[in-house]
Amino acid sequence: MTARQRVQALLCAGALALLAVAAVGDRFWLQLFGKAMITCIFAISLDLLVGYAGLVSLAHAAFFGLSAYALAGLTNRLQLVNPLLTLPLALAAAALAALCIGWLSLRAAGVYFIMVTLAFTQMLFYLFSEAPWFGGSDGLYLSQKPLLSILGRPLLDLGNRTAAYLFIFAALVLSYFFLSRLLRAPFGRVLAGIRGNEQRTRALGFSTARYKLTAFVIAGAVAGLAGYLDAALYGFVNPAELGWRQSGLLLMTVLLGGRGTLYGPILGAFLLTFLEHYGARLTDHSSALIGAVVILVVLFLPRGVAGLVERGGRG
Amino acid sequence: MTLSLVALQLLNGVEQGLLLFLVASGLTLVFGVLGVLNFAHGSFYMLGAYLAFWLAERTGSLLFAVLLGVPLMLLFGFLVERLAVARLYQRDHLSQVLLTYGLVLLFNELSRLLFGNDVHPVATPALLSGSFKLGEVQSWPAYRLFTSLSCLVIALLLRYVILGTRFGMRLRAGASNAEMLEVLGVDVRKLFARVFSAGVALAALAGMLAAPLTTVYPGMGESVLVISFVVVVIGGIGSVRGAFFGALLVGIADTFGKVLVPSVSSAVVYAVMAAVLIWRPRGLFGAPAEAR
Repeated sequence: MTARQRVQALLCAGALALLAVAAVGDRFWLQLFGKAMITCIFAISLDLLVGYAGLVSLAHAAFFGLSAYALAGLTNRLQLVNPLLTLPLALAAAALAALCIGWLSLRAAGVYFIMVTLAFTQMLFYLFSEAPWFGGSDGLYLSQKPLLSILGRPLLDLGNRTAAYLFIFAALVLSYFFLSRLLRAPFGRVLAGIRGNEQRTRALGFSTARYKLTAFVIAGAVAGLAGYLDAALYGFVNPAELGWRQSGLLLMTVLLGGRGTLYGPILGAFLLTFLEHYGARLTDHSSALIGAVVILVVLFLPRGVAGLVERGGRG
Repeated sequence: MTLSLVALQLLNGVEQGLLLFLVASGLTLVFGVLGVLNFAHGSFYMLGAYLAFWLAERTGSLLFAVLLGVPLMLLFGFLVERLAVARLYQRDHLSQVLLTYGLVLLFNELSRLLFGNDVHPVATPALLSGSFKLGEVQSWPAYRLFTSLSCLVIALLLRYVILGTRFGMRLRAGASNAEMLEVLGVDVRKLFARVFSAGVALAALAGMLAAPLTTVYPGMGESVLVISFVVVVIGGIGSVRGAFFGALLVGIADTFGKVLVPSVSSAVVYAVMAAVLIWRPRGLFGAPAEAR
């Protein structure tokens, strides 16, 4: 089997397993796998930046969190529950924020870019945890979960666990295909060119700044999708979701799984979600466990878990 | 705001800025010379504070705690560099970020494991527990004056070491071209290890000095880490002089932000940074060359 076939087989088996979880319908597994799939969406959106465009952004949690807060605001203040309205509005909020932050941050390059995105994340984090309008450090509860009904009959109720789970699954599949299609399109080739050598790509006549900003906004919107789903699944948002810790953890997820592969971050997301969950059961100090795993992966698996898959059985 | 209140805030801002400089100088040196983006720097600040708390309790004096603690942290920094950081010089910033992020998680849990989740107070040395009167109501604690002066002395010492000694010469050479330095027969590995442990010691010393002011608690390194990154970026990455002025700017902006716009005070510093970067994308004293 070639590496590509092995990856495809792995993804198909994974998708079937995820559907099987829905069929079993156990509350605990739905919650855990739902959370893992949300992290997958979040992670592949960051992979577009880190793995393909070569932009290491620590602002990604901001878009996740802003979209989650947007849903909370729309639901609580405006009593909007229709996901056909709230989803596009929340994504638009995330994309708009990505446009502003990206426009400012992309003036900087390399390490400066990492630092500037970090600063913007923290700025938003403090704004949401200190300013009086957003529920402070306690966060906000959603008064009602998104509900789509036609003629009074519920069509899609995210308050229902199985429905929410399947909705998240569909969102993950769609995001995956959207991003992998995008990366195979000329747009993705230009991004790869920018990562390889930005000056040459510019010399070929591509406006690299515009491509980078577009990638930043697309990634921000997909991160917003993850944030929306997270808020809808838990019915709760809090400022920790847009802090640098969350950004760092996500970056870790992407690198642990293997950047620049799309499926790698998915593996990383499942790995970390389970490590977090079972680590917390095992010991009070599960972060130390995660920290140790991260250090070992950095030192001994430079290409992440995906590197193992690609090498297959040949060690 | 009365004049004496302004004076008090200004003093507080300068004091906070000087402490921040100790942390940021280590961060900027490690980046400038080793090319490593060290996210664990805040953890060394935290470990320094815990060490000061623990040693001060055992020896009964913060002075002894500092005298014992700084060499211990130098050694600790050396070990971390040899065991983990040294393996990443050839790799990209991303791996470094990831590794040092892992170290942050590890050190945080380590401190929780050893000292629990409680907030620990550290007593101000009796000699420095007085305060100076400023105007009619305000007064400024003597300990803050002491920390400011200590930081200033260290800043001057750093300046001397970097500009006036052989070690400083190598350090500057290493920052501009480490490979060339190696070709010239300097043991760059040793130089890197020394710079890293010096950076760790500077951060830890800042934590020790700050311990009586801020108390000691888990996760105290993180806010300091992020704010030192802001300082380093404002000053220009790799520039110690930039870190000095950046730290003062950030310290003063933060203190006045807390008084003038209390509801969004923590965001003020980041707004200052954004403004500086829009004006000068490579910081106040940043090198004009392409990023390493």
